[in-house]
Amino acid sequence: MATPSFDTSGFRARRNRSRIAMALCLAATLIGLTCLAFVLGTLLVKGLSGLSLRVFTEMTPPPGSDGGLLNAIAGSLIMTILAVALGAPIGILAGTYMAEYGRHDRLTNVIRFINDILLSAPSIVIGLFVYTVVVAPMRHFSGFAGAIGLAIIVIPVVIRTTEDMLRLVPDQLREAAASVGMPRAIMIRHIAYKAARAGMITGVLLAVARISGETAPLLFTALNSQFWSLDLNAPMASLPAVIFQFALSPYADWQRLAWTGALLITITVLALSILARTLGQKGQST
Amino acid sequence: MRNLITAARAIGIACAMSGGSVPVLAADISGAGATFPYPIYSKWADTYKKETGNGLNYQSIGSGGGIKQIQAKTVTFGATDMPLKAAQLEKDGLIQWPMVIGGNVPVVNIDGIKPGELVLDGPTIAKIYLGEIKTWDDAAIKALNPAAKLPSQAIVVVRRSDGSGTTFIWTDYLSKVSADWKSKVGANTAVEWPVGIGAKGNEGVANNVGQTKGSIGYVEFAYAKQNKMSHTRVINQAGKTVEPSMASFQAAAASAKWDAATGFGEILTDQAGDATWPIAGATFILMPKKPTDPAAATVALKFFAWAYEKGDKTASDLDYVPMPDAVVELVKKEWTKVTGADGKPVM
Amino acid sequence: MTTAVINRSATAGRQGALARLRRNDLLFKNLTYTAAIFVLILLGAVAISLLIGAWPAILAFGPGFITTQSWNPVTEKFGGLAPIYGTLVTSFIAMLFAVPVGIGIAVFLTEACPKPLRRPIGTAIELLAGIPSIIFGIWGLFVLAPFLQTTVQPALIAAFGSVPVLSSLFAGPPYGIGILTASLILAIMVLPFITAVSRDVFETVPPVLKEAAYGLGCTRWEVVRNVVIPHTRVGIIGGIMLGLGRALGETMAVTFVIGNAHKISSSLLAPGTTISATIANEFTEAVGDLYSSSLVLLGLILFVISLIVLSLARYLLWRLERREQG
Repeated sequence: MATPSFDTSGFRARRNRSRIAMALCLAATLIGLTCLAFVLGTLLVKGLSGLSLRVFTEMTPPPGSDGGLLNAIAGSLIMTILAVALGAPIGILAGTYMAEYGRHDRLTNVIRFINDILLSAPSIVIGLFVYTVVVAPMRHFSGFAGAIGLAIIVIPVVIRTTEDMLRLVPDQLREAAASVGMPRAIMIRHIAYKAARAGMITGVLLAVARISGETAPLLFTALNSQFWSLDLNAPMASLPAVIFQFALSPYADWQRLAWTGALLITITVLALSILARTLGQKGQST
Repeated sequence: MRNLITAARAIGIACAMSGGSVPVLAADISGAGATFPYPIYSKWADTYKKETGNGLNYQSIGSGGGIKQIQAKTVTFGATDMPLKAAQLEKDGLIQWPMVIGGNVPVVNIDGIKPGELVLDGPTIAKIYLGEIKTWDDAAIKALNPAAKLPSQAIVVVRRSDGSGTTFIWTDYLSKVSADWKSKVGANTAVEWPVGIGAKGNEGVANNVGQTKGSIGYVEFAYAKQNKMSHTRVINQAGKTVEPSMASFQAAAASAKWDAATGFGEILTDQAGDATWPIAGATFILMPKKPTDPAAATVALKFFAWAYEKGDKTASDLDYVPMPDAVVELVKKEWTKVTGADGKPVM
Repeated sequence: MTTAVINRSATAGRQGALARLRRNDLLFKNLTYTAAIFVLILLGAVAISLLIGAWPAILAFGPGFITTQSWNPVTEKFGGLAPIYGTLVTSFIAMLFAVPVGIGIAVFLTEACPKPLRRPIGTAIELLAGIPSIIFGIWGLFVLAPFLQTTVQPALIAAFGSVPVLSSLFAGPPYGIGILTASLILAIMVLPFITAVSRDVFETVPPVLKEAAYGLGCTRWEVVRNVVIPHTRVGIIGGIMLGLGRALGETMAVTFVIGNAHKISSSLLAPGTTISATIANEFTEAVGDLYSSSLVLLGLILFVISLIVLSLARYLLWRLERREQG
């Protein structure tokens, strides 16, 4: 009976080693996803328990009273909008320079490197910077200073996406425009921007998502406020700052509001990122 | 419903503003500082806003912060529980006056120990905060509490991480009752703590003690009361075991002189008297004599006048002791030193 | 006659229009150029303002600032060793947890995961990378810290109490919050980030290479170990460095659970502090110029540390990119 006999023990050992390694990878996935699901689950349970209409109609309360988060939501909206209004145009223009005019400059390479540093600079350092150049000379904390802090975070995100998206625009389009005598500025604004629009909007949305949860740059710029205030020259409440204050307090109703605020921010950020992704995919497929 | 209307009105104002016309809003003034009186200041501010429409945005960032921000003039007024010395006030061009008196109480989180059950004395607290007493069933604690069931649990010390007047009152007391503490640590708004986790504000200490089994911390009595924490009784200078209360805080201030010339800078720790709570203190307001915005200073002073006049009830509800009428008169005289650009008092 | 006049004015009009176009063109170009230069100025301004702010502390303490542990606002003696140590140690431990798990997930997603699940899980992880850190902070404070204090930490203290080296690493009391808790929160926070980057670089491996290895009879693990990881090593390290940069500069997730103690303790369960947590906690309330200046100096040090880590990360990723193109 001469069945060909292979020595299969070596193969079996290798197969087993592979199976163990893959099982470990599966375990890692399960551990990771469980942790993250646990964080989101707690957030959902604790946040939903405090969610009611009052959250959107009443001001942040003093300890021991009922209230909502209206002034914080408004403050966050105002500072976010202002930050985007300040930061996005600068980011788009700078990104345009890098992708269109200075594509082969050494300057572009330098700026890209600097921009990457700004992109991941610790946000608390940006808070320090805004305190020294805006708050200290103006002699008071203000919503405006908070918006500047956030704008500095918006700029690098928008630059990055704008440059990347404009580079995806085929050069044939640019050449076609040049061949009919179209000036470059008009070509950029009417052809390149149009082709890259979805991607550029994605970048701005991502920037909004990024700043809507930022706390560190607001702590010593916008400070906080317990009242309704639209005065950009005065301290202004924001959701992250209120969450920070309320979560670290001993008061049960403040802690509940902190969880609700955290849930609101998370929902906003997730919604913005999903919107940005769908837009981004649409932009790439066309 | 009323809040809905307020919100609707506010949104209306927002629209009006974006339309180009800028209506004059009710003036909001900002203050920052001590967390010790935050429960009372925020209640006062809330009531005052409802009565007059003027808001007082008080941020409790710690006494150290209050001193710093008023020196930098980023706020209309600062608040501190550590009185500044007369020379410092002169140098910074500030005036200082007391608003209320409160008490610092040790709070613990031990299973089975009810509020007011545990008794501690100054030297024992100092040893706990020096890290020399490490467990709850230590002989020194047992000797003070023969009846209590104390676990052999490790003591988790919670103290402040920020510059704090509450810390000043606490460390000032410990310096007076423990020579070791005085030489190794000393008294100030922030010190080099030998042990413990640092928490931000009275709020943070209360939060951490509430979260952590086997912990001890120190907070203003209102925080302990509002959050139903287990405070301890303390043995005072006369050797009597006292409960924290308005009466025992008041007893601590019995011999205070309240002199305007020193900015009313009385320190009320370790005072004589059988009924005296040993870790009491007044909390102070700081304001520049030449405010950058005199109109805001006027609004602020009006608020404080209102608080002296109408705020006593709210204060006593939270176990803060209002200032005696005679002191209030002296303070009001002091306010005339706050002048506008024309050199006339703003109020 | 009349036609000539019309022609001439038309030419003039056209020239005018062309000049206007050229002017607008130049204007737009200069506008974009200014915006680009603004980025340079911005970073320069951040660095310079930090340097100016930190100058009094640099003059007062010199290089000794980095090696001194004492942080005493009363005597105005400040040293940054404790926060610098805390920043490095928490980030290092966080990477110890997050890197193997993150890469494990990436391997699973690219090599072993059933096809229909790949995209949803991948997308979910990418979305999680965007969740603000304050969310992780309050979760750490209210959920993780009490859990660690009552169950995990007493067990660690009891288990390692008599083992020589480990006993000092896990010395009590169980505070709940502290270096270990902060590290775990950081690990959970950077996990999606590392996973997303690793998955991206794994997908750059040409299928031909993997198929060839499988064709030779390699097992899945052998393909991962001998083909995928060597091919993408530089990219993975770059991704890890990016994650590290995030962990180093992270403020809010850490501030909630670090315990704010300016002390270096051999125990991982002890409270500590990081640079960003120190600044967040103390900056608004620092009394005196030297105190605030020392905090700004800490900020400057953090800036420099993250600058080094990021430059290294960018360099590695750039090398990978170039190799791919070349």
